[in-house]
Amino acid sequence: MRSSGQDQQKSRSIWQRLHIDVPLLIGILALLFLGLFLVYSAGGQESAIVYRKIRSIGVALLGMFIIAQIPPLAYRKWAVPVFILGLLMLSSVLLFGHVGKGAQRWLDLGVIKFQPSEVMKLIVPIMIAWFVSQENLPVKISTVILAFILVLLPTLLIAKQPDLGTALLIASSGIFVIFLAGASWRLIGVCVGLASAFVPILWMFLMKDYQKQRVMTFLNPEQDPLGSGYHIIQSKIAIGSGGIQGKGWLQGTQSQLEFLPERHTDFIFSVFSEEFGLIGVAILLAVYLFVVMRGLWIAVNAQHAFTKLLAGSLTLTFFVYVFVNIGMVSGLLPVVGVPLPLVSYGGTSMVTLLLGFGILMAISTHRRFHV
Amino acid sequence: MTKRRIVIRNQSAEANLFARRAFIAFAGVVLVLLILFGNIFSLQVDSFEKYKTRSNSNRIKLLPVAPNRGLITDRNGVLLADNKPVYSLEVIAEDVKNLKESIAQVSQLLDINTERQEKFFKSLKQKRRFKPVELHSRLSDQQVALFSVNQHKFPGIFVNARLKRYYPFSDLTTHNLGYVARINRKDLNKLEREGKSDNYAATYGIGRLGIERYYEELLHGTIGHQEVEINNQGRVIRTLNYTPPVPGKDLKLTLDIELQMIAKRALSGHRGAIVAMDPRTGEILAMYSNPSYDGNLFVHGISSKDYKKLLNSKDLPLINRSVQGYPPASTVKPFLALTGLEENIVTEKTEIYDPGWYQLEGLPNRYRDWKLWGHGNVDLSKAIEQSCNTYFFDLAFKLGITRISNMMYQFGFGDYTGIDIHEESKGIMPSIAWKRARYNKPWYTGETLSVGIGQSYWTVTPLQLAQALTTLVNHGERKVPHLLKANSELVIESNGNTYHQITPTSYEPRPPLTLKKDKHWDVVLKAMHNTVQKVGATAYTPFKGVTYDASGKTGSAQVAGIKQDEKYDAESRTENERDNAMFIAFAPFDKPEIVVAVAIENVAKGGGATNAAPVAKQIMDQYFGDRVITSKTHQVATTLPLKAKTPSTIATTH
Repeated sequence: MRSSGQDQQKSRSIWQRLHIDVPLLIGILALLFLGLFLVYSAGGQESAIVYRKIRSIGVALLGMFIIAQIPPLAYRKWAVPVFILGLLMLSSVLLFGHVGKGAQRWLDLGVIKFQPSEVMKLIVPIMIAWFVSQENLPVKISTVILAFILVLLPTLLIAKQPDLGTALLIASSGIFVIFLAGASWRLIGVCVGLASAFVPILWMFLMKDYQKQRVMTFLNPEQDPLGSGYHIIQSKIAIGSGGIQGKGWLQGTQSQLEFLPERHTDFIFSVFSEEFGLIGVAILLAVYLFVVMRGLWIAVNAQHAFTKLLAGSLTLTFFVYVFVNIGMVSGLLPVVGVPLPLVSYGGTSMVTLLLGFGILMAISTHRRFHV
Repeated sequence: MTKRRIVIRNQSAEANLFARRAFIAFAGVVLVLLILFGNIFSLQVDSFEKYKTRSNSNRIKLLPVAPNRGLITDRNGVLLADNKPVYSLEVIAEDVKNLKESIAQVSQLLDINTERQEKFFKSLKQKRRFKPVELHSRLSDQQVALFSVNQHKFPGIFVNARLKRYYPFSDLTTHNLGYVARINRKDLNKLEREGKSDNYAATYGIGRLGIERYYEELLHGTIGHQEVEINNQGRVIRTLNYTPPVPGKDLKLTLDIELQMIAKRALSGHRGAIVAMDPRTGEILAMYSNPSYDGNLFVHGISSKDYKKLLNSKDLPLINRSVQGYPPASTVKPFLALTGLEENIVTEKTEIYDPGWYQLEGLPNRYRDWKLWGHGNVDLSKAIEQSCNTYFFDLAFKLGITRISNMMYQFGFGDYTGIDIHEESKGIMPSIAWKRARYNKPWYTGETLSVGIGQSYWTVTPLQLAQALTTLVNHGERKVPHLLKANSELVIESNGNTYHQITPTSYEPRPPLTLKKDKHWDVVLKAMHNTVQKVGATAYTPFKGVTYDASGKTGSAQVAGIKQDEKYDAESRTENERDNAMFIAFAPFDKPEIVVAVAIENVAKGGGATNAAPVAKQIMDQYFGDRVITSKTHQVATTLPLKAKTPSTIATTH
């Protein structure tokens, strides 16, 4: 925000009172705006899909605005009951959930259908941040272990659906809290070791065949170029053929001629790279970096351990989206269903993300609370 | 904070710790971004060319465009092989949801019979992926209209229009032209071996017999390409580039379709063949084998019923008799006489006495002449005019088989003529070595006597007869019989960069046959002239009154005309035992313009003179029209020989 006291007072009267963090908003809007153009290009140049995205952007921005009005410390009161409710919903998804695309993710409550796992993306960092900020930082080992268990519960429930992408994001959000809370490096080392030991168990007992297939494909996509390797090969062709300058908006042959799968959702970065080239990629990554910087700035400047941890976790988790999505479409990571944040088409994840940014804005703007 | 647990916090320490951790996290973020960017950089900059190529090969497809096949005309430009648009119903099985059901429905709609359906499912098994398979090869206009209206119900099934071969003269030209038939697996393998399969990517048919097969490379042309952009479904979005195909060369044949028609009419009701050739060039003017069949049947894929009918017909219409071996009988006597002269066994004036039979010294067998009471004193000319067997038994005996066969090779017997169709048979010119190789038996003198009257193992094709006669009338200058007069550009690209001109002059014959005495040619030719012109000679009656000064030689043979399978033999034994009638002729005597060879199988009555000679006459009548030609070099003696008589029907050979 503004640096001089006088100006700060003035600007606060406009944006701070609305609880809007302007730099963050600019970054967010830039990404959303880019998303509109890309979805139009990737979605067969139909305006209908753009209108739908505009509508969900409107809803999500409104949600963000509302969330931003809530003083962030208030979350602490609700952390435990909401977390327990979330776990219950996740369990019920597994029991009665609606099956879509081979996975149970949706809970049908009669009036609305929603994905409890999405809500958990916000609840888990809140819960863990609350849990570890009970005590003085850095966190004690016993707290870390307990926190880990708290993270593991929803993660396993979501992985079981199966939704590896979300499980990964949720696990990250919790782990980031623990990391930012100052868990000792030795502990981190032990955890990394344990996690590595967990991989074979994951492979043998938890992963479904299609997930194993994805990993195999990731390791060698050319092995089955028309089958499971097709997506990643076509994506790399799209990105690579974009070159430095790109083929131009709406001119990407890989996307326009539908060689790219999942063009307007998970693989939208490939469309972007094909049409806007390396220059576009550099700019996009810069915008993401800007958003992350702003988020971390908010975290560092937050006045309470809880809000610091929450803001930091939300920001870093946002970056995990970026990393996993770009990593997977460019062949660095196996294909897991993680969208390119704020750009991919898909209302649910965007709403969650913007709600998260709403929390960040709240943390940034509700400065004067009592410790 | 809650009231229960009040923690005394060290705010600044916490803030410092957090800031440190946040900074580490930020460093991690930057590092990860650099890794991501580095990876994208390597894709978009380092591997740009590779991915650009792959992107293009994804979307750009070359669609082959078939060239139009060259047309074939006769020597006067009458169209013999045309290309006509034909509508076929084709199916891309991969695009059809429920194949069996869809085929049943569309078959019901268009009234497609079960045989076609079965054929379709059969050919479905050996097709390439996403290649269309024909369900119906020739839709009527009504069917096309009916399908077009209902097309939306049948995804993956479509009407295709393509040019297909059409032979307006149907069976009249089939044995010469051959036909174009659908490319089958065998053709594909062959094309692949020869590295030509790319050029045939869009081609429907390939020349299967005759000219169509022999000049396939000229007729086919060069494939064109349409460069199109396709989407992931393979659907064409737009055309990027078009390289038109180069049509095949048009061919002009030496055939005269009117002469061909006469040949057919003359042979109607008979099994047999006619070859008419220009001895000056080797151009085939007419070549017809009766019965024939309609090549158009094969263009559209012949039904198994029709094919069985052709295959099982006793008359063997599929065989081109003009290039199949027949016993030459007496038609080869002029060539044997020439051999006698050349080997100094006889002179023009040498006479023998013919009592009606010939007997080898010390052997009981009598070899009979066709004339029971004999020809009396016979010289060379009379032996040919009257077709005296005794004279030629004696001559053959004195020559021996080796000298005979060596000379006959000089006339091209027992070897390919080199005509530009592949169906030719070599016939058989027997020799001691041949018999040893074939039967592992010695040669018997009695067989030499049979060879002397064109029998025994000796078989010649009508085409060989025409070629041998050409050499004879040309005084040894050989010609290669051929059907191609010219192609539209006269140039063909062969292997590498060599260019060959395919013109009539490029049929390279063997060097001319030279005799020790050049006048021997005239001795024999004059005898053939007499055979037609002299009152009472064997071929006098059939050519009585013609004005174009013809010469010729008759022949009759009592053997099965062509090699046939056992079944045929058994079923038609009696008919099969009848004589074959043969005739060779040329005209005019002084500067021959046409030679004709005729073979007719199993004639009901008479021999070469009564059956084959009139056929040759009809061809020559047509060829010469009203022209009146008389010889300035040879006056035929008008006196009637004493015992002259027309040929008898009981003759073995004459």
